[in-house]
Amino acid sequence: MSCKRPNRYKHYVKVRADHLPDGTIKPLMFRDDEAGGEVCLIDQIMDVREAPSLKAGGQGIRYTCRVGERQVMLFHDAEFWFVELGE
Amino acid sequence: MGRVILHVDANSYYASVECLYNPDIRDKPVAVGGDIEARHGIILTKNRIAKRYGVQTGEAIWQAKQKCPGLICVPPDYGLYIRFSGRMRSIFEQYSNRVESFGLDEAWVDLTNKGTSITDGERIAHEIRERIKGELGLTVSVGVNWNKIFAKLGSDMKKPDAVTVIREDDYQHKTWGLPVDELLYVGRATRRKLADVNIRTIGALAQADAEWLDYKLGKNGLVLKAFANGLDQSPVMPVDYHMAIKSIGNSTTLPYDLETMDDARCVYYLLAESVAARMRENGFRARCVSISARSTTLVTNGCQRVLKHPTNLTDEIAQMAMQLFSERFARFLPYRSVGLSCSMLTPDTYPVQLDLLGDETARLRKETLERSVDDLRRRYGHQIVQRGVVLANKRFAEINPKEDHTIHPVPFFAG
Repeated sequence: MSCKRPNRYKHYVKVRADHLPDGTIKPLMFRDDEAGGEVCLIDQIMDVREAPSLKAGGQGIRYTCRVGERQVMLFHDAEFWFVELGE
Repeated sequence: MGRVILHVDANSYYASVECLYNPDIRDKPVAVGGDIEARHGIILTKNRIAKRYGVQTGEAIWQAKQKCPGLICVPPDYGLYIRFSGRMRSIFEQYSNRVESFGLDEAWVDLTNKGTSITDGERIAHEIRERIKGELGLTVSVGVNWNKIFAKLGSDMKKPDAVTVIREDDYQHKTWGLPVDELLYVGRATRRKLADVNIRTIGALAQADAEWLDYKLGKNGLVLKAFANGLDQSPVMPVDYHMAIKSIGNSTTLPYDLETMDDARCVYYLLAESVAARMRENGFRARCVSISARSTTLVTNGCQRVLKHPTNLTDEIAQMAMQLFSERFARFLPYRSVGLSCSMLTPDTYPVQLDLLGDETARLRKETLERSVDDLRRRYGHQIVQRGVVLANKRFAEINPKEDHTIHPVPFFAG
């Protein structure tokens, strides 16, 4: 099985995260190598829930993150992390 | 008090998961099909757009493409489908501890509890439907009834993303006009037999003469009549229920036709290795070996024989299979797919009657050797140790029946 299905609506990213004692994962920052290696610090996680990514294709734990002025949808889809790309 | 049972059926399951993962194909006709190269080239599921072109589950991919030239055919990814099936099941288990899966994409959920009415069932059905859509991105159809058969019938009535309730006061109105083969367990053969006496609807079956049904279809006729009258009493199994294993078998459709006795020996050794390994894994020995073979014209035949001693050794199973094959099947070569199954299982902790004339030490040594091979394969993968008979025949060497083995759905009359 591989949930890694690259397409033009998403970028797979490298994530640094805290794995908390209750089993949850709190992503702290991610690096988007497909966008020139831009490093994004997550300022705030506004929502965490299991959800599909209808825009980019995929499903997993969705972190609605604030990165500076931007809102970023970060997905943890099985063993992979990806961000939905904007309009 | 009546029961409250939901049957949840994921719409166009494999195709929906594929469309969820690939936004570019969502508004196109999509089918999930087996591997053409390995001759598994049939349509497994299609989405609603492909269905409008008349694409049918089970037909060859080339036939489907004739009906629908723009059909996008993607290979199956069972790992992904199993993952989504598990996620759906974990949602069901938040509502009940009686959840019985029927394949990867269907399940019954028994909500029966003190004070739970069919109306509560309908409310929970909508909640489950909304949650699966919101959390997993898939749509489901749900049937609500007091028994499993009508709950399943209900889930087929409105698609996609819908709930159908069949109540006691309207079940005749809703179900009796439907074609009789909509009922679970009325297949092609039964439908034909029923049609001979003009029973074409569920209502006609419900009112049919019991004696005639018994005469024509045996006790299954009476069971079907009870189904049609909403009298199915079969329970929804608890989540920790494991079906008793009655036989262990493997079959495979080959990438090339099986043409010679050497081919047969290679394939039966592969199957016997897998079956023997699974018997050891589950702690069984078997007394009966059955083989089946499907010809290139798709006619299937089978035969079986009882062994002198219960066994879990590849050699003994394969030799019996080859003996049966050469007696019964060899003269009708070639074959397209073959199967091997072991039954009359006894736990491997049971005492075994030793054979005065046989060499029990050699059998014990063989078993130790095979268990060592099992261990090597578990640690390093299936291909790490291969039998000479398999290596000698490169055409089939890549088949791995043990790990490719998945059977869906499980039978309804389980246990």
